[in-house]
Amino acid sequence: MSNSVPVSLWWRRQILPGFGLSLGFTVVYLSLIVLVPLAALFIKASGIGVDGFVHTILAPRVLAAFQLSFSVAFYSAVVNVFLGTILAWVLVRYRFPGRRFLDAIVDFPFALPTAVAGIALTAIYSSNGWLGGPIHALTGWKLTFTPFGIFLALVFIGFPFVVRTIQPVLADLDVEFEEAAASLGASRLQTIFRVVVPELVPAALTGFTLAFARALGEYGSVVFISGNMPMKTEIVPLLIVMELDQFHYTEATVIAAVMLVVSLILLFLINGLQRWGKLRGQLA
Amino acid sequence: MGTTSPIPISHPATRDPWAVRAILLTVAIGFAVLFLLVPLLAVFFEAFQKGLTGYWAALQKPAAQSAIQLTLLVAAIAVPANLIFGIAASWAIAKFDFPGKTALISLIDLPFSVSPVTSGLVFVLLFGARGWFGPLLSAWNIKIIFAVPGIVLATIFVTFPFVARELIPLLQAQGSDEERAALSLGANGWQTFWRITLPKARWGILYGIILCNARAMGEFGAVSVVSGHIRGLTNTIPLHVEVLYNDYDYVGAFAVASLLTLLALITLFIKALLTWHRADPVST
Repeated sequence: MSNSVPVSLWWRRQILPGFGLSLGFTVVYLSLIVLVPLAALFIKASGIGVDGFVHTILAPRVLAAFQLSFSVAFYSAVVNVFLGTILAWVLVRYRFPGRRFLDAIVDFPFALPTAVAGIALTAIYSSNGWLGGPIHALTGWKLTFTPFGIFLALVFIGFPFVVRTIQPVLADLDVEFEEAAASLGASRLQTIFRVVVPELVPAALTGFTLAFARALGEYGSVVFISGNMPMKTEIVPLLIVMELDQFHYTEATVIAAVMLVVSLILLFLINGLQRWGKLRGQLA
Repeated sequence: MGTTSPIPISHPATRDPWAVRAILLTVAIGFAVLFLLVPLLAVFFEAFQKGLTGYWAALQKPAAQSAIQLTLLVAAIAVPANLIFGIAASWAIAKFDFPGKTALISLIDLPFSVSPVTSGLVFVLLFGARGWFGPLLSAWNIKIIFAVPGIVLATIFVTFPFVARELIPLLQAQGSDEERAALSLGANGWQTFWRITLPKARWGILYGIILCNARAMGEFGAVSVVSGHIRGLTNTIPLHVEVLYNDYDYVGAFAVASLLTLLALITLFIKALLTWHRADPVST
């Protein structure tokens, strides 16, 4: 980095043309599309003062939505870490027919619009659906229009994040370390937990945080499967929409601002985790 | 790294026991079937409940047709806008050193961590009837929120990082030697860009475009907040899916949703092709 070089020098030192034009356009476009609108949210939210802020956030319906969003997003991210790791392991280490196909369709939840995911999952898991029907008949459980339905949708949209963060780390992991461990008398289980798992921790944490962050903000796939009952199955993004529909702009803005702060903290955490993972990769 | 054989499973010491392999494969494939294959089949099964004629009739309805047209229009604006931005940003970031570069890269990724609902809300706060520019816009009789411009803006916001985050690491890895050679041989800046940089980055650009397009056509939450759901006017395909679904027109909803599912499948297919193409060291 050229932080120590005086501005006039690093400007003149460039050999390639177009620095001013490309950077200027980038900064202006970024500001107009992203920074100014997000700043507007915070300015608007700060306009209501501390009392109004506390009053809005501590309303029972808002608290219930936050509690539901955070807990279901957390559980889904935990499950996704295990499922995603198993999928990544199978994709990298095993050879079986259809492996390339499986590898390609892992990204299906990334590519499928969330509204389509929502109605498809509801069709399958509702009490008269393909899978929900037999499950309901056998056990009496209702999967959709419950927090469990939200959990299913969040597992669907979150697991590719874990697979795609763990997969490259696993592919780069040298088998020699495992061979060395095995030749020194470690059992396969010991090798896995003492040699492989520690290498995967940064990637698994990154995948967890990515899946959690995505799950917190998710709207499209959840609204169809959750039933949207206030205090019961109303997630925070849905609550924001409900407030907007009733022209409660201030409430919507305050809730959205809190969510945005949480997202920024998570983004910061993800950047840190990725740097940690890279550093470990270089040391290994 | 990468010095061992590409297929590590032939080493007995690093090979999982037969039972473990069977269990992990069953979990992975079972999960993929339940969460990926069954939803995919469900969309088409429900769409064809009333046969091919019912499917075709659902797609021919005026509201469906206008939703398709609006979605194509929005993508036709949002994708090129973010493509130009992505190329400019990657040129500035990959070819030059300047203070604040790391921060700029993080800011470009910012829209990915914002909830779709919040992404729509910020534009309501700016351009809505009671927003910052609301009085000004209504004085000039310009409608942005609950109209097409708002949908375009929200879509540009949520698809903002796709091309840039694909191109920045690619151009960084490719370096600037060839550009410097072209310049020293007398090419001007634009010639160098069109004949050297752009052809070298074509696969990365294509990859960024298809991901950006898939999200632009499928975005639900952000567009839902700014659209106002005016049938035949401000309903995109995903919003039309919701309208039909809430009207209990399941065949219609899934028929329209099947278009988006096809788009997702095509996106995944091109993505897989490009990934394999890129993994082949000769072609890059």
